[in-house]
Amino acid sequence: MQTHVLKMISRRQALAYLSASGASMALSGVALAGPEEVAARINDITGGAAGDDTLIMLDLPEIAENGNAVKVAFDIDSPMTAENHVKAVHILADGNPEPDVATFNFSPAMGACYASTRMRLSKTQNVHVIAAFSDGSFGSASATVKVTIGGCGG
Amino acid sequence: MAKVKPRVKVPKTAEVDEVIEIKTLISHPMHSGRAVDGDGNLVPRQIINSFRVSFNGTEVMSVDLKPSVSANPFFTFPYKVTESGTFDFVWVEDGGKEYTKSKKISVG
Repeated sequence: MQTHVLKMISRRQALAYLSASGASMALSGVALAGPEEVAARINDITGGAAGDDTLIMLDLPEIAENGNAVKVAFDIDSPMTAENHVKAVHILADGNPEPDVATFNFSPAMGACYASTRMRLSKTQNVHVIAAFSDGSFGSASATVKVTIGGCGG
Repeated sequence: MAKVKPRVKVPKTAEVDEVIEIKTLISHPMHSGRAVDGDGNLVPRQIINSFRVSFNGTEVMSVDLKPSVSANPFFTFPYKVTESGTFDFVWVEDGGKEYTKSKKISVG
């Protein structure tokens, strides 16, 4: 009987410990960037200019089963000459702990402008791609990716 | 840490002014600084933060990576070749350690 009581207490303690640690993880672990921060970051990049949303072909899955590796590819129609080329492409995500995913810096020598990589997405969220052109204008594209299993390790 | 191994795929030959596709992969855990190990301790941040490509000594493209890039960072991108030469690929890890790989291409 004595051991039985001890067992009950330890199980309760274990449950209490588990729920407490779960709560603390929820508090400390997830400080997500959020759409406002990403909008501010995009504003930083473009200086408030509205991006042309017809220039970028964005290739993203609608549903990502595994948020640890989501393929993202973009293709931008640009002659890539010294006068008219894509200088940089920013990939941003609004539900990750920080808004920036990656920034590509391009040069006219590439002859074409496309690239692909893989990124982590912690949950279902919007992914934004901002392209900075050599003439000072911008292009933008965004898409929502549904994430089944988040990819932020926590 | 698991061995970090860079891999690059570049065509061996190409025509003048041909736009080739380059594929790169480096095996690297990209510790974001947020995941915990088996004992519940935070794994410190250790990522590849920069990737640069140069051709015959001139930088042609680079990428700034953040923790949101997946483990084993993978990139594909085009390059328009006008002459034979050597591509140099450099990955820079947090702390400044560099991993490099070179590939030759003959054009014409």
